[in-house]
Amino acid sequence: MVNTTQPTADLSSAPVIEKIQDERLKEVSLLTKIMRRPELGALAGLALVTIFFLSTADSSMFSLAGVMNILSPAAQLGILAIAAALLMIGGEFDLSIGSMVAFTGLVFGCFITLTGWPLLLAIAATFVVAAILGGVNGQIVIRTRLPSFIVTLAFLFILRGLSLVGLKWATGGSTQMRGIGAQSGEDWVREIFSGTALEGLFGWLAAHDLIAKFPNGTPTVTGVPVSILWFIGFALVATWLLLRTRAGNWIFAAGGDANAARNSGVPVDRVKTGLFMLTACAAALVAILTVLDAGSTDARRGFQKEFEAIIAAVIGGCLLTGGYGSAIGAFFGAIIFGMVSIGLTYTRFDSDWFQVFLGAMLLLAVLFNNFIRRKVTGER
Amino acid sequence: METQAPLIEIRNLVKHFGSVIALSGVSLSVHRGEVMCLLGDNGAGKSTLIKTLAGVHRPTSGDFLVEGKPVTFTSPRDALDAGIATVYQDLAMIPLMSVTRNFFMGREPVKGFWPFRNVDFDHCDAVTREEMQKIGIDVRDPHQAVGTLSGGERQCVAIARAVYFGAKVLILDEPTSALGVAQTSMVLKYIHQVRQKGLGVIFITHNVRHAYAVGDRFTVLNRGKTLGTYAKDEIQIEELQNLMAGGKELQAVSEELGGMV
Repeated sequence: MVNTTQPTADLSSAPVIEKIQDERLKEVSLLTKIMRRPELGALAGLALVTIFFLSTADSSMFSLAGVMNILSPAAQLGILAIAAALLMIGGEFDLSIGSMVAFTGLVFGCFITLTGWPLLLAIAATFVVAAILGGVNGQIVIRTRLPSFIVTLAFLFILRGLSLVGLKWATGGSTQMRGIGAQSGEDWVREIFSGTALEGLFGWLAAHDLIAKFPNGTPTVTGVPVSILWFIGFALVATWLLLRTRAGNWIFAAGGDANAARNSGVPVDRVKTGLFMLTACAAALVAILTVLDAGSTDARRGFQKEFEAIIAAVIGGCLLTGGYGSAIGAFFGAIIFGMVSIGLTYTRFDSDWFQVFLGAMLLLAVLFNNFIRRKVTGER
Repeated sequence: METQAPLIEIRNLVKHFGSVIALSGVSLSVHRGEVMCLLGDNGAGKSTLIKTLAGVHRPTSGDFLVEGKPVTFTSPRDALDAGIATVYQDLAMIPLMSVTRNFFMGREPVKGFWPFRNVDFDHCDAVTREEMQKIGIDVRDPHQAVGTLSGGERQCVAIARAVYFGAKVLILDEPTSALGVAQTSMVLKYIHQVRQKGLGVIFITHNVRHAYAVGDRFTVLNRGKTLGTYAKDEIQIEELQNLMAGGKELQAVSEELGGMV
């Protein structure tokens, strides 16, 4: 830039032009690099939604307490959405996730109240039951080669019905099972799956006036709900799994083209079965977290969560056809979800706009994803 | 050069699917540094034969020898481990995945200890870039999706992948059938290059011109049987064409149309 004032014109200006062109090329490739990230849409969506609420909502929405309010529903949905995203990238659907939450909630409740098992054993057993059910889902899909959409739609109803029947059987006619919280003890296992964590940190922050506190010195937010930590942890592990490990490459391959993957030696059936098991276990985790928090379980638990999870995954960049998407995208998708569902109550809008917003968001995300895919992968 | 046994030899291979006889006595062999062209019209049994060699199907009867030793493959993995790599016509690559991820699909090198074991992607990228350079495809960025490559480039990447992973025999399933002229010559050139490295190539095609351009020997398959194997100096391109199409019928059609099929 300094050279521009000097009259040495031609010779010295030539390389400068070259350099500028070079920089432009690099910028383009950087743009493509960004465009290639499947979670771009979700990040942009999150930014949009944040701006929307920053300008319309009460400022308390973005206080620490408000953020926790947003993240709590986002966490429950997000755990499901991340698993659903992995499964979608692997080329399959699971519509039974919501019912699975209700059913594994019932199973967990039975292990605690009927058999009186200690919490740790009950949790482990619940995960085993979930994994088996997920495995059954997967095996049916793989062996019959039916679309997973239909098979898991059947399980959506079967598991929901079983939850109702089972609850009535276990409680003697009620569709709600109480007393799970009281019977599950207060040991360290309970700490991991319910309540809040990082109380020490929040106390310290309050003591140093870094976060809001009550006049008596206790912080207004005493800690992070454990479900949020599970959510963040699961998002990180899933992202690492997907992007850095062998299994991740196999998931992309299985969803991208199962035949090509098989021909290259990828154990596609094992990958898909594993993903169905993972999705079911994610549902079980949500069931355990919410049942322990509420102390009871009921037949409507997880109602319609399968659709919300798939929507969050799609907003997060997953293609319905498989082979493309991201776990961190589903993470952001779930946060958008939580922000909109909670955020509307901070505004003067009727909170029933939520569903309209959701549908519009889904449509936008699908259009955007399709556009990006064509642009980046050269598919015509 | 030390072992005289062919890389792959099959004798009287038979494959039934229920009551359907897909292969009824196929024999062929491939040696080191040789391009064996397998010619046959639609329905001749080419696909079944390839899939049997690649470990997808198990033969009903017949001998299957790899370097002189009889083998039974139960999965494509076994065939890969024995050094038989198959490049399928349309199923070679996954368009949405990056070149690197495709290149190492199913054989990702890992580092670290379980459960923290992850794929060594730096190494993968470096290898991919280098291998692509060797075959003259300028991959600006190994993270770019395979969907952005041309059909010919995709075939070459698939072949390069097989060669890199130590294939002794390459089975190419109609690698040129969907390609334009320039891209076809690019693939044929690369097949020639692979032969010079000492690999055996089974080149499946129904385009006699493409076969004749690179082939050393030609095996003609018709209705699940081998009609015979001919060295290049034993047979002319027209004869080969007739043999492949079942002889007389094609000649009749050819005369009707003024002599050019």
